[in-house]
Amino acid sequence: MFLKYRSGTSKAFLNGLRTLFWISTRFVNPDMNLEMDVFVGNTTLIDEEVYQLWLDGYSVDNAVAKREQTGVTGCFVDLLLSDTMDQYRVFYRLERLLQSPDKLSNQLLFQIPPSMQSVLFERYYNFDEAFVRELLGKKLSKGTKKDLDDISIKAGVSLRSCRRQFDNFKRVFKVVEEMKGSLVENVQQHFLLSEKLARDYSAIVFFANNRFETGKKKLLYLTFDDFAFCAEQLIRSWTLGAAGSVADDMDVDLDREFLQELKDLKVLISDKDLLDQHKSLVCLGVRGKMSTHCDIEGNFKGLSRGLVNIATKLMHSKDVRDFFIDLVEKFIEPCKSDHWSSEDVQLFLLQYTGSAHALGTFRHQVLWERYMVTIKSCILKMYHD
Amino acid sequence: MHGFVEELVVNEDPEYQWIDRIRTPRASNEARQRLISQMSGALQRKLGLKVLEMGGNAVLGYLQCFDLEGETGLVVRAIGTACTLEKLSGALPNILGSPQREPKETANPEEVAVNSQSPGSSSPRKIQTFSFSPPKPSSRHSSSSDTELSLTPKTGVGSGSGSREANPAKTLSRQLTQTPFDQREYPFFTLTSFPPGFLVHVAGVVSARSVKLLDRIYNPDEPETRDAWWAEIRQEIRSHARALGCHAVIGYSEHTSICEEVCILSASGTAAILNSRLLADASRAPAGDVRSWPGGSERRETENGRSAPRDGTGPEDSLPQSCCICHVPYDELNLPFPMQLAQCASCHLNKVPDVLFTTIELPDSLAVIGKGCLIQARLCRQKKKAQGEVNAATISGLLPFMEYELHTQLMSKLKLRGMNALFGLRVHISAGEMMLVGVASATAVFVAALPPPGSVTVAAKTPEPTCEGHLVTLQRHIDEIVARNKQQYKIILPEQVEEAAEPPPEPRRLRVSRSQSESSEEMPDLDLAHGRKDAFVIEIDDADAEEDVHMLLLDTPTPPGFLICNTETVPGVKRLTSNLQMFTAVRMYSLNSSLTAHALNRAFNSLCDNLLKSLFFKLRSMTPCCLCHVNFSVSLPEDEQVQVTVTSLVAACEKDSNKDEAIGRPKTEQLRGYSDSEDPLQFPLELTSEAAPALSPSHSSGTETDSPHLELRQRHRSAPNSSLSLPPPIVELTPLSFVAGHHVNKYLGIINVFFIRETASLREEGGVSGFLHTFLIEVFSMVRAHVLALGGNAVVSYRLKECVFMENLNKNQAQCLVNVSGDAVQVVCESDSEVDLQGASSDLQAFPM
Repeated sequence: MFLKYRSGTSKAFLNGLRTLFWISTRFVNPDMNLEMDVFVGNTTLIDEEVYQLWLDGYSVDNAVAKREQTGVTGCFVDLLLSDTMDQYRVFYRLERLLQSPDKLSNQLLFQIPPSMQSVLFERYYNFDEAFVRELLGKKLSKGTKKDLDDISIKAGVSLRSCRRQFDNFKRVFKVVEEMKGSLVENVQQHFLLSEKLARDYSAIVFFANNRFETGKKKLLYLTFDDFAFCAEQLIRSWTLGAAGSVADDMDVDLDREFLQELKDLKVLISDKDLLDQHKSLVCLGVRGKMSTHCDIEGNFKGLSRGLVNIATKLMHSKDVRDFFIDLVEKFIEPCKSDHWSSEDVQLFLLQYTGSAHALGTFRHQVLWERYMVTIKSCILKMYHD
Repeated sequence: MHGFVEELVVNEDPEYQWIDRIRTPRASNEARQRLISQMSGALQRKLGLKVLEMGGNAVLGYLQCFDLEGETGLVVRAIGTACTLEKLSGALPNILGSPQREPKETANPEEVAVNSQSPGSSSPRKIQTFSFSPPKPSSRHSSSSDTELSLTPKTGVGSGSGSREANPAKTLSRQLTQTPFDQREYPFFTLTSFPPGFLVHVAGVVSARSVKLLDRIYNPDEPETRDAWWAEIRQEIRSHARALGCHAVIGYSEHTSICEEVCILSASGTAAILNSRLLADASRAPAGDVRSWPGGSERRETENGRSAPRDGTGPEDSLPQSCCICHVPYDELNLPFPMQLAQCASCHLNKVPDVLFTTIELPDSLAVIGKGCLIQARLCRQKKKAQGEVNAATISGLLPFMEYELHTQLMSKLKLRGMNALFGLRVHISAGEMMLVGVASATAVFVAALPPPGSVTVAAKTPEPTCEGHLVTLQRHIDEIVARNKQQYKIILPEQVEEAAEPPPEPRRLRVSRSQSESSEEMPDLDLAHGRKDAFVIEIDDADAEEDVHMLLLDTPTPPGFLICNTETVPGVKRLTSNLQMFTAVRMYSLNSSLTAHALNRAFNSLCDNLLKSLFFKLRSMTPCCLCHVNFSVSLPEDEQVQVTVTSLVAACEKDSNKDEAIGRPKTEQLRGYSDSEDPLQFPLELTSEAAPALSPSHSSGTETDSPHLELRQRHRSAPNSSLSLPPPIVELTPLSFVAGHHVNKYLGIINVFFIRETASLREEGGVSGFLHTFLIEVFSMVRAHVLALGGNAVVSYRLKECVFMENLNKNQAQCLVNVSGDAVQVVCESDSEVDLQGASSDLQAFPM
């Protein structure tokens, strides 16, 4: 009377549903036992609260307990349980579709209003800042996935939720990695996300691709937002895509040629005359405008050397990874120890960039501009406690 | 309208053939699925031939059922009402086709096929019901209530002859069954709502049940035996109707419940007297004349002695005869059974019963006060496990008591809500191995014409001093509930709402209690000697009964923001604005077998109650909303298992600002009126009455045939704007006959699909719930896909008829069988057709519907 096995269901999906099966016998009434409880609507409507609980990795039991405590008043546990189970069943089935958003909008199985669809994606692809901060710049590999339990404890995010977020990052990464055109637009198109979220994903992809080091102790004070901002700046001016009408219009990789050329900036510190000239110009420019305690004269050489050295080293990909740590060590920390305010830093960088143009013998103006504009905005973003 | 048609086909069930032992379950299920669809096709063709013989071309109110009898076979039954639908032409362009539009109209090939309807033409889904022959003008919009427009697909002959008659020449020559209507074999109508004026009196529910043994069928593969069974039942229904002084049965339906080899056949309907003149028209009158009917009502009324004169100046004028429906069709001195009559509260001329039970939709013309609500009587009775004849005898012994009990419950609950009439009554009794369950659902309303219900009192049969205090508290509790209900459903007695000039009805006049206009033969004669003259008495004679009373009272109150009913629209709600959600909820409980009879009953009651509660909870985000057409069905798949399936539509409704208004005709009228008013069909109907002379029959057939296209094309053009055409388009499913906020543009045919799904990895799919959940999602999506393929965007009259679930947890297996049906339609958003509305608005005033 019954058939063997119905194939075509993924393992994760089955595991999810299997958990639902075992929980379903939690509440026992001596008179009657609820064996089956299904509610199916023609339109799939989703309770956002339950959806969030699911995304946060709550099991049905925990979700019910949570719902019991918060919000919905005056209803019985069995109602909550039944509702939560129904919703969770839908979510497990939707999950595969959520992973390939183009499929969700073209399937007939679930009739979901478009507004609801975007909520679904937005929430599914949302991430915890604490978690992504831990993961930023790490290779999205199996090895990293194995470490997720540590990360989950560190970030205070449940492991289930971490796995989902990790898989999301990886999925987005795989799809847009080799794609041409604007990174943000690609993410937006393929995963139907809002612009904000798409930007964040671009940053994550960019960091993962270039493997920037973000986990060192010195960098811990930086938030994901800081890095996302920097990533945007880097993408805007340092990548292949930024270089203009290059045929190979890629946002993910840094422009190698540009990095190579950066070594020409060395002249700014290696040429003694140039260095002194530059210093005097900057000192002249900031005189009286910066806080009195700032010692431009004494610090200039160190700071300038730091910035230029970062530039010249960027041709090695290992040093690219250390980009942020270098910025902090070579520039931000000295400034901080000298108690510069961020206005002071801004003024200094402005003068520092601008006065290089006035140097008669310095020929790499365009290169300098491209380098310094990005450096300036990154440093300013990172210059806080 | 030609009357009742029925057909029945029997075949062997592939699941019980010997070959099933060696083939895979899937192969078996596929064979079953195939066979069932073949049978249902054959059935429709046979029915189609019958209709043709009668001279009709359509079946309305088509109800098709499957009886899985098990080893004795598989039965597919269908009943319906044969009708002649006409394509209305002529007048259409004049109204709708403003000159600018006409040139654009080019014959769309598809539509031409539909119109010309040559035999064997490629459009089996012919009927785009552009218009109906008058007897059913409203059956298209207001009611296709249960009506699937099943048009005997592929019977080329059928379509040919049917619409030939309806072709532009309007020579509608119907060779009609010349027998007067009431002498026909079964004067039954499966429809549940009718055009105004068609119903004259409604007497009450008639029902008949019969218990049969399937293993005693002499030759199981032939339909004769079953035919004979049903014939018996129908005859019984007819004689009940006769006993009530009625010549017709409306809202008729049939139902079976099978447990092993015992089969309960039940049929129910509402005895009524129909307008004989309309009936005659329906069958005989020439088309031109007939068409003028809705518009030309004045003329008819003068001729029709029965109906009071009325001026058709505007819809605000409430029909004086609207209360006529409630008037008893029999003589006061010659009652068919003991009951109390009161004077009609609106006309003070005729007698009305104190309560009215019906299976039909609330007629538009009937004035109601306040809002309606769903009431349910639930009952579960234990029975001994038995075989064959003994079992059948036990069941038939229990049935009358169950029916009595259900009605008592309904009556008490009705009184508790302070209402006096029930519509859409559906009684489901299912048999299982160990028990019998019955669920009666209906929509309670307060009909203005009927006397207000008296107060509810509790009385102990043997007054004991000890329980006096107890009774007092109980009584107080009851009073509170009644008051709360009255407030919730906004029932304000007529004195407060109607003009002062009108003499207030005298509530004291009405007398007791349980007399009902209900005649089911099993009903024991009611003992009315309660001694209390103005109150409904709930008697408590022992502890059990007291528990019952508590159970009655403990019905979960409908939470604020919800309205719930099992009719198409909630009585008293002006109109539904949009569909929010159509859902099916299935629950299966296993009851503890060691329960006492009363605990069992209580468990069953709370089970249904919980289900409703969970629905309210799930839908809480949609309030304020109405749950319409709530359809409960209960089955007993295994010894101790109860499976409850609920299908319903959640719709948004307009907030009614003027709460205390006595809502009479306007309410549903608006609801339906919108579709009427924009409906192309309606205008011709009345136009012909006014402008018929202008449109000579020899009107060029060209224009006439083209007119529908014109209309259609306009709709087509507007369709892309509507949200319903987004990719993939959203398909609405609704159990109602219309889509709120939209109107039906085109009927694309019946959808009747049968699915069987099996699994052998039950645990992995999330247990039984997970399996069924997936399956139902898939069923819904398949139905939607069907509709899309037909070019439609909605399903109306959607029914989930069968949901049979079998499981074997130990083997990790389950299988489920589902039958769904409905009418595929193309609907257009109301706002998109405003142009038409404007074009037609001038004609509207003259149209008293």
